[in-house]
Amino acid sequence: MAHSTTYNDRVVRQFAWVTVIWGIVGMLVGVIIAAQLIWPELGAGIPWLSYGRLRPLHTNAVIFAFGGSGLFATSYYVVQRTCHARLFSDKLAAFTFWGWQAVIIGAVVTLPLGYTMSREYAELVWPLSVLVALVWVAYAIVFFGTIVKRQVRHIYVANWFFGAYILTIAVLHIVNNLAIPTSWMHSYPVYSGAVDAMVQWWYGHNAVGFFLTAGFLGMMYYFVPKQAGRPVYSYRLSIVHFWSLIAIYMWAGPHHLHYTSLPDWVQSLGMVFSVMLLAPSWGGMINGIMTLSGAWHKLRTDPILRFMIVALSFYGMSTFEGPMMSIKTVNALSHYTDWTIGHVHAGALGWVAMITVGSLYGLFPRLFGVEKMYSTRLIEWHFWVSTIGTVLYIVAMWIAGVMQGLMWRTFNDDGTLTYTFIEVLQQTEPYYILRLFGGLVFLSGMFIMLYNVYKTWQMRSTDDLEVPVKAPAHA
Amino acid sequence: MSAFWHWFVVIITLGFTAAMVWLFIATGRAKVNKQPGGDEGETTGHVWDEDLREYNNPMPRWWLWLFYLSVAFALGYLVLYPGLGRYDGTLGWTQEKQYEAEMEQADEAFRAQFAELADQPIEQLTDNAEALRVGRNIFAHNCSTCHGSDARGAEGYPNLTDDHWIWGGAPQRVLESIQAGRQAVMPPLGDNLGEQEVTRTAVYVQQLAGKPVDASMAAAGEKLFQQNCAACHGPEGTGNIHLGAPDLTAGVYTYGGDLDSIRETIREGRNGVMPAQMELIGEIRTRLVTAYVLNLSQNDDAEN
Repeated sequence: MAHSTTYNDRVVRQFAWVTVIWGIVGMLVGVIIAAQLIWPELGAGIPWLSYGRLRPLHTNAVIFAFGGSGLFATSYYVVQRTCHARLFSDKLAAFTFWGWQAVIIGAVVTLPLGYTMSREYAELVWPLSVLVALVWVAYAIVFFGTIVKRQVRHIYVANWFFGAYILTIAVLHIVNNLAIPTSWMHSYPVYSGAVDAMVQWWYGHNAVGFFLTAGFLGMMYYFVPKQAGRPVYSYRLSIVHFWSLIAIYMWAGPHHLHYTSLPDWVQSLGMVFSVMLLAPSWGGMINGIMTLSGAWHKLRTDPILRFMIVALSFYGMSTFEGPMMSIKTVNALSHYTDWTIGHVHAGALGWVAMITVGSLYGLFPRLFGVEKMYSTRLIEWHFWVSTIGTVLYIVAMWIAGVMQGLMWRTFNDDGTLTYTFIEVLQQTEPYYILRLFGGLVFLSGMFIMLYNVYKTWQMRSTDDLEVPVKAPAHA
Repeated sequence: MSAFWHWFVVIITLGFTAAMVWLFIATGRAKVNKQPGGDEGETTGHVWDEDLREYNNPMPRWWLWLFYLSVAFALGYLVLYPGLGRYDGTLGWTQEKQYEAEMEQADEAFRAQFAELADQPIEQLTDNAEALRVGRNIFAHNCSTCHGSDARGAEGYPNLTDDHWIWGGAPQRVLESIQAGRQAVMPPLGDNLGEQEVTRTAVYVQQLAGKPVDASMAAAGEKLFQQNCAACHGPEGTGNIHLGAPDLTAGVYTYGGDLDSIRETIREGRNGVMPAQMELIGEIRTRLVTAYVLNLSQNDDAEN
């Protein structure tokens, strides 16, 4: 079959496979560092197994290797299907795959060795950051090139979100990583002091907003209506929440720097825009969940759909929690406690991982040319361990976080602190154990998934399935 | 902030918020061309990938109001608090003022509760149970990091429970150590003396504390001691509290009393630092913690 008349599903298959693999790797490292917080000697004194080096490996692996690969896979799939066009360039698409894997391997080597730029979620040393930028530019060319090639006039809503995420991450990554190299492994940022901190959190928060929110909303907008077999609930809701989400998110970064040397007025703006972000965030949840209205019964029989709906629920919950935590008086309690870790994982496990897993279960059979996954029962199992693991994790961190915040601010009548730091740590230990257990339960689900995907792959009709580009409907 | 940046911040903040409100209102009101649909209702008419369609349901009213409410909160907040460039907000709030007010309030409460303790001389406070309870808390949070939670010190940090005081054990001297801090200066003598003479001096220093040592080595060391050390530690080696030169006859060592440690002290010098606490915790608290420390030392005497 001629190339121009089929979809490029090869790169989608590649990215989908590595999403599962990197998911297991990233979450496994997470489980290890969760265990180190209970048994600090677990690294046996080996520097590259120490918490400080493995923690950035965990965050980079789950955000950029697992989440990133999932976004590459689904965005390439979705943009082709909804534009009725093959990817703009097979070669560039292949470059994004191999380039992205090279970045990940580079991270797996350099981070444990202690090479870091010391910028949270942007730790990679400058040569790797440059490679990220190159891959990202290629990604943008492939994605927007395909949009230009489209055979339908209207651009589907999923592509708005994917497009916004790709454009914004390019800007965020480049601006945040501006640095002057002093050697191959070391550089100094061009910013200093409070400006440096502000740039870092402008990047950090928008990595959450555009990578972990907008990107995965793009995923949601294709796979939820597909899986439900229902039209998207509201076009105009899509428009309003899309524009307000991407416009307001950009302002929210300063809430990471409350009560610091950042000027008061910047802190205030960060806070009020974070509060205004609540409704735009919820727009996506409403549109996703209401798409199911009229098809609620499918939740009883379809665990894939259940993954997506529970993901949307966790999304709604954590985007409510976020604006609340950005309010100064709440932040004064929550900041620097494990509540923040719980909040992040409500989003990371509950929303990002679960929407990705659900979408991939919908995607794999189509990539392998089979009717459905090898075992629906195993998806069911995966759904329950994911949900239970997430709930255990965030409940443990809520209790631990609020407890820490309260203990830290308890004073004796003579003005001294009632609890020393070590006393607070002792009280936290049981919740660290519960958190480790929740993480282990969640990780076990990823192994169930790997097995299920492997068995589905064995059922494939052909190794390199070519699907013809569908003619657009003329309505 | 210059006038340009002030107005830049004001205009983009308010303009942006206004644009967002307009987006919600205008889209909420817009009439949409609806296609006549079947049982499934009406979609926009767009179709992708065979079966992807979208309805054009009105946006939930509660959701619109949620947004308007959050905007009202934001604008109200920006009137009350700093946010719009140079504008200070009607409350005049700053985080520094909040900090100072809370500290002032805490100090006020502290003064009110512990006023009568503040007036007592330290000699009396060392027997006052309430003063010792508070002093213990202050010690736990400010001093125990170096001196240990039992105040018995560690290498480089003096034991506070014995009656050996490098800078003097009179209440006024201890208070001074805590309030203003101390900086010890034991100069490095290794370059001047050479390794052999360092060892001889060290042997003599051990003899000062009554240790049985090689007599000829100690005799040679004594001469060196009188030349190099006696200025600060005194001709008998009994020390000088005004210089923070320890009494070498007591057999109590901050940096270790074995021969190698003493040689290292002579060769490399020592520069122990006690940080000043006055600025951090104030007059009353430094007095209370002084009483606590003195009480520890007195109790230790009783036990011995």
